[in-house]
Parts: sequence; C-alpha cells; structure tokens
Amino acid sequence: MSTMSYALTDSMTMLRRQIRHMGRYASLTLMVIGIPVVFLLLFVYVFGGTLGDGLGGITGGRAAYLAYVVPGVLMMAVAGSAQGTSLKVAMDMDEGIIDRFRTMAISRVSVLTGHVLASMIQILLAITVVLGIAAAIGYRTGAGVADWFGLLGVFLLISFAITWLTVAAGITAKSPETASNTPMPLMLLPFMGSGFVPTESMPTAMQWFAEYQPFTPWIEVTRGLLDGTGAAGSDIALAVSWAGAIALFGYLVARAEFDRRGA
Amino acid sequence: MSTAKPLAIEARGLRKSYDDNTVLDGIDLSVPEGAVFALLGPNGAGKTTTVAILSTLIGANAGEARIGGHHLDHETDEVRSLIGVTGQFAAIDKLLTGRENLHLMGRLHHLPKTEIHERAQRLLEQFDLVEAAKRSPETYSGGMRRRLDLAMSLMGDPRVIFLDEPTTGLDPRSRRTMWTIIRELVAGGVTIFLTTQYLEEADQLADRIAVLDGGRIIAEGTAEELKRLIPGGHISVRLKRVDQLEPAARELEATSTDPDQLTIQVPGDGTVDSLRSVIERLDRAGIEVDDLSVHTPDLDDVFLALTGRPENPTSQKESLR
Ligand SMILES: Nc1ncnc2c1ncn2[C@@H]1O[C@H](COP(=O)(O)OP(=O)(O)O)[C@@H](O)[C@H]1O
Ligand SMILES: [Mg+2]
Repeated sequence: MSTMSYALTDSMTMLRRQIRHMGRYASLTLMVIGIPVVFLLLFVYVFGGTLGDGLGGITGGRAAYLAYVVPGVLMMAVAGSAQGTSLKVAMDMDEGIIDRFRTMAISRVSVLTGHVLASMIQILLAITVVLGIAAAIGYRTGAGVADWFGLLGVFLLISFAITWLTVAAGITAKSPETASNTPMPLMLLPFMGSGFVPTESMPTAMQWFAEYQPFTPWIEVTRGLLDGTGAAGSDIALAVSWAGAIALFGYLVARAEFDRRGA
Repeated sequence: MSTAKPLAIEARGLRKSYDDNTVLDGIDLSVPEGAVFALLGPNGAGKTTTVAILSTLIGANAGEARIGGHHLDHETDEVRSLIGVTGQFAAIDKLLTGRENLHLMGRLHHLPKTEIHERAQRLLEQFDLVEAAKRSPETYSGGMRRRLDLAMSLMGDPRVIFLDEPTTGLDPRSRRTMWTIIRELVAGGVTIFLTTQYLEEADQLADRIAVLDGGRIIAEGTAEELKRLIPGGHISVRLKRVDQLEPAARELEATSTDPDQLTIQVPGDGTVDSLRSVIERLDRAGIEVDDLSVHTPDLDDVFLALTGRPENPTSQKESLR
C-alpha cells in the first residue's frame, strides 16, 4: 500500500477512535450540540420580537428575526465546537497512547485528522439539529436542491477550517484549561459580524471589523443559499479564501507542534 | 566480532542532553537476535531515554543506531514496523475498553479484520484479561494495565520488544506473572530489550546485562560475570555482649566487625545450611546471638563495587511526561 492510502486508512481508524471517545465524553458532545440550540431559542424568543422589528422589513417581529438569525446560530454551532475540540485534543496529547502511536509505522498526521474528522461530524450534527429545531419553530427556507448541496459544501469547508485551527490550539496549549479558553474569542466572532444584527446598525469601527472578519462572508453565503436568493460571487470567493487560509494555517501549526512535542 | 547471529539492536556513541544536563554520554550497545538484554540502572540513569531513542520516540544528539539492520534515522518506518514498545508509563487509551485497545492496534498495523479479532482474543486469553476485556483500563489493577500494555505491543507481531521497567510498582505476584510472560516471548524467538532497577530481575530474565550510570555503560556481561564483581552475599550477626565480639569474629572468620552495632559480617549465602552452620558454631563457642540477617547482593552492591559509591535513588526525581 502506498503512503497515501495508509494516511487514509489510518485517519479512518483514528476517526473511529474519536467517535468512540465521543460516546464516552457524552456530556461534552451534548453540550456542543445543545449550546447553539439554546442560543437559537434564546435569541428568537427573548430578543426576537424587538430585534425583528429593528430589521426594517415589511413583516418584522419574531418570525422575521428567526429567518434572519439562523445563519448566525449555525456559525455559533461551528465556533462552539471549537472549545470542545481544543479541550479534547489537549487532553489526548497528555495520554500515554500518543507516544505509542509515535513509535508505530503509521501516518503521523492521522492522529490529528482523526480529531478533525470527528469534530466535523459533530459540527454537521449540531447544524442538522439547529436546522431541525428552527424548522420546528416555524423557520422556512427557500433553498432548492442545488442550494442544499452548496450549503453542505460551505459547512464542510468552514468546519474543516475552524477544526484545524482548534486542533492547533489544543496541541499548542500548555494545559487542558488553557486549551478550552483559547478558542473563546472564536465564539464571539459571529456576534461581531452580520450574524445577529445587520452590520449597518453597528458603530463605524465595528462595521469595519465585521467587514474584514471571516464569519461575515461565511454568514452571507449561508444566508444567501438558505434564502434561495443565491450567494454573491465575491462573498463566495472571500468565504473560500478565508476557509482555505485558516485551514492551512491550523494544519501547519498543528503538524509542527505535534512533531515538536515528540522530540 | 565473529558471532554468527545478526544483531537485532546495534548502537554506537548515542548521546543525549537536555540543556546542559547530559543524560547519555556515548552509549554503545549490541544485542544479538533472540537475546534478552537488560539495561540495569538506578532512577534517572537514562534508561527511559535510551529506550525512547531506540524506539524512534525521540532523536539522539549524536551517534547512530540500527534495529534489525535498519538505520534509525533513515529507515524509521522499517524500524517502527519491527518493534513493539511497552513504556514505563501506560501507553493505553483509557477511554476505550481493553479489547478496543487491542483492535485499535490491529487496525493501525493494517491487519485483516479476522486476524485482528483472533489475535486480540488470543492475547486476552494469554494475558488473563478476558474478563476485563470489555471494561475501561481505568478499572484495572497495575498488573493488568501492564499486561494490556504489553499485549498492545504484541498485536503487530514485533521482532524486537522494548520493555521499560516492566515490573516496577507491581506486587510480587504480578511481577512473577510478568516474568513468565517475558520468558514465553523469548521462547517465541523475539529479541527483548528491557530496563530494570533490580539486579534480581535482570538475573532472572537476561542473557546479558549492561549497567548504566552517569550516562555511560560502566559494566556489561552475563549475570554471572557481573556477580563476580560483587563481594557477594553475607550474613550479619548481632551479638548481645561486646566482649564476645572478638571470639565470635575469630570463630566465624568474619570479614568485618562493627563494635558500635555489636555486629559482625560473615561471608555466606542465605541457604539454610550456611545459617545452621553459623548458629551451631556460635552455640558451641557459647556466644549469645541477638539477631541474624541475610544480605543477598543487589543493585546497591553492584554499584558500590563498580563506582565505589552507593547508588542514591532518593536524590533522583522520576521524570514525568
Ligand atoms: N524531556 C526531558 N527534559 C529534560 N530532562 C529530561 C527529560 N527526559 C529525561 N530527562 C532527564 O534525564 C535523566 C534520565 O532520565 P530517564 O531516562 O527517565 O532515567 P531512568 O529511566 O533511568 O529513570 C533524568 O535526570 C531526567 O531528569
Ligand atoms: Mg525510566
């Protein structure tokens, strides 16, 4: 077998290991899925009435806000998994079995890709649950079949990027505590973009920040596809570039750090 | 050298230091195929470091080594596919069950599924872990954890097995079990490189023993050869009266006398015969005995004999990962 196919088989083996872990860390898994749901309900039922009126649409109110906020909550589901992933990676790196892996003729990076794949699955699960609950409380999308495929692609891309970043954070962390704190700012980013309120309603400095942070194009593309109105080409290019850059950065840092810790 | 057997492990001039702490200061090793080699040394001697280098876990600062003829740095994957490593600290996945741990190893060795299940079952039976197979290793005793650890190393059918202090911290019974397991492995023809702090363990298991101290190998040979370096065992006799010290020492041809402790040291092993003879001779001479103890040679004696200083394990802190 070639090195390439070993990398694939070993990654699948490590994914299996992580999925087993998910079951054993059931409360962490539930939290990752549960938190975005709580946020959805909180925003729609507590703030939704007022915020919806502020959107300036014809209908306004809670229903309008539900339609507006879903992409933002989906991004929270992505960002929210970061903490759990980072924590799990940090704890895993302290496990004796990692040293055993290092002395085996396996694809080294598979230890990390196992984490990445498992975390992506968790994110997709969280996204599905959020969409399901949103639908149950009255959310209707205008997305067609092609849009759904587009959405799947977008979610895979974003979760891939964020997950590599958080795997890097987990490996670099000095302790599991710092590992779960480092990704905190990530949780705030969807709020500092077009996720929960239109950026036009923010102060100029915030607007500027919102425009140049990755979650804004991600949210815009997601919103366009969910609404069935399509996404702007420039947003798509920006969304893909951000995801690519973040994934590459996370991958390089994670690999380097994993090798460094072995020496 | 004209030994017929090819070398399983061969190292020349291995060096490793952390900042200005030189841990290994030029280590040479040669272990023939099928041999059991013991690296004997006190805490902090560099045993784990040596194993870590030879098992490709860390790199050496200088020197080179081959496992099964494959160069450690240039043919790392070939080396890795030959070896099985059971480290000093459990290298198991605590979130998986015992059996899942073994299956994980099987998959990482790219074995066919049926083979994985058969091997895992066989090892669980061999290591008396069938009952525990569906539990998390977190619930295992120290001995069980060590056995699972070793079983995991064996899933890939390694030709060279590294065992870093395989019995440290185990109760005597678990230690015996581990020894039996190691002897069975040897019978299967694999090469074993083990480290230990106990001369007795090296004596029981190894064909050749190297004594590691201060980053160097200060002695190497068979257990017999090493023991010849040691003054040997002695019997320590404590008397009741100080005026009987001199006659007792004469009667028993004592090697040393300690008036403060009222003790004399007599050459002799711990056999019942030698003890009886000591007691009978003292009885006949009318000398009263307060206490009698047998001292068998241990690592302390080896160290004393080789370095002229006692080993002092309390001054060395065990390194944590
Ligand atoms: N990663 C490390 N960083 C710094 N010092 C280390 C490291 N690993 C081991 N040492 C030092 O190397 C010495 C030998 O350690 P070790 O090989 O674990 O000895 P042993 O296994 O014989 O007890 C000790 O003094 C230890 O403190
Ligand atoms: Mg050690």
